[in-house]
Amino acid sequence: MYAFDFEKPTSLNEAVTALQTEEAMPLGGGQTLIPSLKQRLAAPSKLVSLRGVDEIRGICRDDAGRICIGGGTTHAEVAAGVPEYPALAALAANIGDPAVRNRGTIGGSLANNDPSACYPAAALASGATIVTNTREIAADDYFEGMFMTALEEGEIITEVRFPVPEKAHYEKFEQPASRFALVGVFVAKFADGVRVAVTGASEEGVFRWSEAEAALASDFTPEAVQGLSVPAEGMIGDLHGSPEYRAHLVGVMTRRAVAAAG
Amino acid sequence: MPKDHGIGAASKRREDVRFLTGTGNYTDDINLPRQLYVHFLRSDVAHGEIRHIDTGAAEAMPGVKRVFTGKDFEGVGGLPCGWQVTDRHGQPMQEPAHPVIAQGKVRYVGEILAAVVADSRERARDAAEAIEFDIAELPAVVDMKAALAPDAPKVHDDLDGNLCYDWGFVEENRETVDAAIREAAHVTTLELVNNRLVANPMEPRVAVGDYSRADDQSTLYTTSQNPHVIRLLMGAFVLGIPEHKLRVVAPDVGGGFGSKIFHYAEEAFCTFAARQLGRPVKWTSTRSEAFMSDAHGRDHVTKIELALDADNNFTALRTETHANMGAYLSTFAPSVPTWLHGTLMAGNYKTPNIYVNVKAVFTNTVPVDAYRGAGRPEATFQLERVIDKAARELGVDPIALRRQNFVTEFPYATPVAVEYDTGDYNATMDKLEEIADIKGFAARRKESEARGKLRGLGVNAYIEACGIAPSNLVGQLGARAGLYDAATVRVNATGSISVMVGAHSHGQGHETAFPQVISEMLGIGEDQVEIVHGDTSKIPFGMGTYGSRSLAVCGSAMVRATEKVVAKAKKIAAHLLEAAEADIELRDGKFTVAGTDKEVAWGDVTLAAYVPHNYPLEDVEPGLEETAFYDPANFTYPAGAYACEVEVDPETGKVTIERFAAADDFGNVINPMIVDGQVHGGLAQGIGQALLENCAYDENGQLVSASYMDYAMPRADDVPFYTVDHSCQTPCTHNPLGVKGCGEAGAIGSPPTIVNAVIDALHSGGHKVDHIDMPLTPSRVWAAMQG
Repeated sequence: MYAFDFEKPTSLNEAVTALQTEEAMPLGGGQTLIPSLKQRLAAPSKLVSLRGVDEIRGICRDDAGRICIGGGTTHAEVAAGVPEYPALAALAANIGDPAVRNRGTIGGSLANNDPSACYPAAALASGATIVTNTREIAADDYFEGMFMTALEEGEIITEVRFPVPEKAHYEKFEQPASRFALVGVFVAKFADGVRVAVTGASEEGVFRWSEAEAALASDFTPEAVQGLSVPAEGMIGDLHGSPEYRAHLVGVMTRRAVAAAG
Repeated sequence: MPKDHGIGAASKRREDVRFLTGTGNYTDDINLPRQLYVHFLRSDVAHGEIRHIDTGAAEAMPGVKRVFTGKDFEGVGGLPCGWQVTDRHGQPMQEPAHPVIAQGKVRYVGEILAAVVADSRERARDAAEAIEFDIAELPAVVDMKAALAPDAPKVHDDLDGNLCYDWGFVEENRETVDAAIREAAHVTTLELVNNRLVANPMEPRVAVGDYSRADDQSTLYTTSQNPHVIRLLMGAFVLGIPEHKLRVVAPDVGGGFGSKIFHYAEEAFCTFAARQLGRPVKWTSTRSEAFMSDAHGRDHVTKIELALDADNNFTALRTETHANMGAYLSTFAPSVPTWLHGTLMAGNYKTPNIYVNVKAVFTNTVPVDAYRGAGRPEATFQLERVIDKAARELGVDPIALRRQNFVTEFPYATPVAVEYDTGDYNATMDKLEEIADIKGFAARRKESEARGKLRGLGVNAYIEACGIAPSNLVGQLGARAGLYDAATVRVNATGSISVMVGAHSHGQGHETAFPQVISEMLGIGEDQVEIVHGDTSKIPFGMGTYGSRSLAVCGSAMVRATEKVVAKAKKIAAHLLEAAEADIELRDGKFTVAGTDKEVAWGDVTLAAYVPHNYPLEDVEPGLEETAFYDPANFTYPAGAYACEVEVDPETGKVTIERFAAADDFGNVINPMIVDGQVHGGLAQGIGQALLENCAYDENGQLVSASYMDYAMPRADDVPFYTVDHSCQTPCTHNPLGVKGCGEAGAIGSPPTIVNAVIDALHSGGHKVDHIDMPLTPSRVWAAMQG
């Protein structure tokens, strides 16, 4: 690691102030940032740990019935804390390993927006709202491509609000080495429609598969999407799978997600 | 009733107390006063000319003691290669210089370009970033066949192309084999890749060099499987330090799998720099460095042809293999695709005509050397894959085809120069059919198909050569070292025993298993015996642990030394009992006089040896300590049969292993629990190779799978519950314990078994796929199903 200053504020305001320093970076659970620091791939002037900011941690419900998860809430806490949204709980319970789940946070994952991460699929398919210290951002407006988001410099995710769908499931096909999603598909059926979000597959990061959404809106069965496919063009090709393979898996995982969602 | 001690008992591993409670003493636990740290600046290009290195700014950085470059090693020896292969035409292999730090050119990503020694790791790393250098990048050669093209860039400008050697074995058989293949009723051909692997021991490599000016003594603490080999190679060939002035210590070592046999540049550097600077110098590899500096394994590309007569008898076998050496010759690299591979091509079969051709090739990649099994997995893989393909082409049962061609009479001299002393391949196949419940497969396949899965059954038979091996033979084959081993049995005054062994335990359980042998021989408790290993200042000159040799070779030395101890102790007992030496018997820790009730305890005899008041001093020296060196008469030949059942998800190509059974013949077994563990570990590594692990380079020589994000190691849920059996035992005929070795079998026998099973599964689904190269990742299996 390069040398850096370290602050661990206990309030959101202090954290925001601490992040005013040039080249300061917020530290959530550190599951991406710490390895990057160790590899000397990141050189912040200061790390501002959000671990001590209790006000952005925990799970509650708002008047609209949405699940409101603090940005500093760990994957393990989400896995145990959202029984009314089993698909989300299962997704959180299957990220990384216990050590990762006890450190990594939902805010950290969404801020990083790794193209193979699981949470972006949940947020996008649920039509979640990403709340920061300055504003509310609809998931549809939040994800801007691989590792790119609508967040401004120094902006902190304080909360993520998830509407609870009638039916939902996340089907993840693991990349054998990292066990990130080679392709992960989150399907959520609401009263007013179906949302399908795909992670791991596209060079543009998480995306909604609108063709599948339309088909499923009228017939929420695996057969409804049987003949559909996404084009291989624009899919990621690497050691673990070609664009064609990923495009194929998008279809398979979508059908399986719908079947499992019931 | 299972035994509770001695040979055959499942004694619990005593070393696990410290390993499982965090109280082991690994090399990285060693920190010396005034210690400095080295950071190696490594090449990030695969091939380039070093035009300029300026270390001035780095040397001015805080805490930096000195920056070393290739220039500092111009007068120092290079890393030696321990095996010289002679090619088809009687010429020695091409052997390039192998500098400790790159000189003139860099030849692979990860090669050491400079070394910064500073008072902390981070300061050394900071300074490494301040080194200014200019490397003119050259085109890299990565693909072996492309490397042999006439206009290919040369890895070593002073060599004649990139061919290290073109080896033919047995060259005199070449034409006979060609004729047999021409005349065969059926020939099955297969082209396959044995994928490059990274060993990935849990403990990365570490080296601490120390120098004492007071007595001109150098010490190297290092993660090694064979400290005496390192002392010999580094002292004699690299640094010119006489052996009595150089001590090499390999304390607890957290796994080696072959990758810690070799003498590495970092070891030589730390020893050299400690002497230059007068302070200890330490290096601890990061996992990232391990990927690009530990010797890699395997990396063969092979075409194999199996000829059969009209009755399905194997008549001839011909192979052509390209073996990747990487950019330099690692310590034993040339031996792996030749003598550890070609000599095993007969497998368990009485094929009369065999010819093996191996072209070893230099490329701009990390050097490749022995990895668990070393050459034998590559041989077994080709052979067992081609036999399976032949059975399918001929429409015969793959087990029956194997049985029909098994060697059944021993000793058996193969056409590839080795003689199997003993074995019973039908017995292990019988046992396999029983424990794998081969008969029940059809029902299990139906059940899988009902769930939409394809199920396949794969079998294999394997043989390996272990206990490497007779020194005079390996000397004829090009080894530049002997391959005996040594043990000193030091009986202490009160009867407890310290055994100093040349073998090195880095997971094998020697500290538990070796005392079981002594306990059996002397009738004393296992807890009365301790094993000392891993320090050249304490142990006799032994060759270390690799090739499943510890028990077969070093254990034999220990038996011989113990026999000498017993012979001497009987003389003492005879004196104490006033009886004839010939009448003395040792049983249950007591010396008795045959036919009488006279006895003297083991401890009274040993005490007499060190307090020789009532003692036959005119005939016998005081003390009770004996050393033996043991050089085996032959290799040992463990063998067995494996079966694997897989399910393939036809929609995703994902393979899961549902059942795995292993029936091994290891000869006599000292500790069945440790043997089970060795087989389990070997199977896990074989599963890793077959399904997960893939060390991949891109066309520019960049290592693509350079971390665990892309290099898939097997995890607990990737492996099934194994059914293992080693009750078929044909004891080795030429070592005193009748043991063969079990460390590599699992990694040798499992990859072809798994691939055979996947191919069988695909055929059951109507996919006429002949072969898929390992690892059989979901994407590869899916692509194969697409045709």
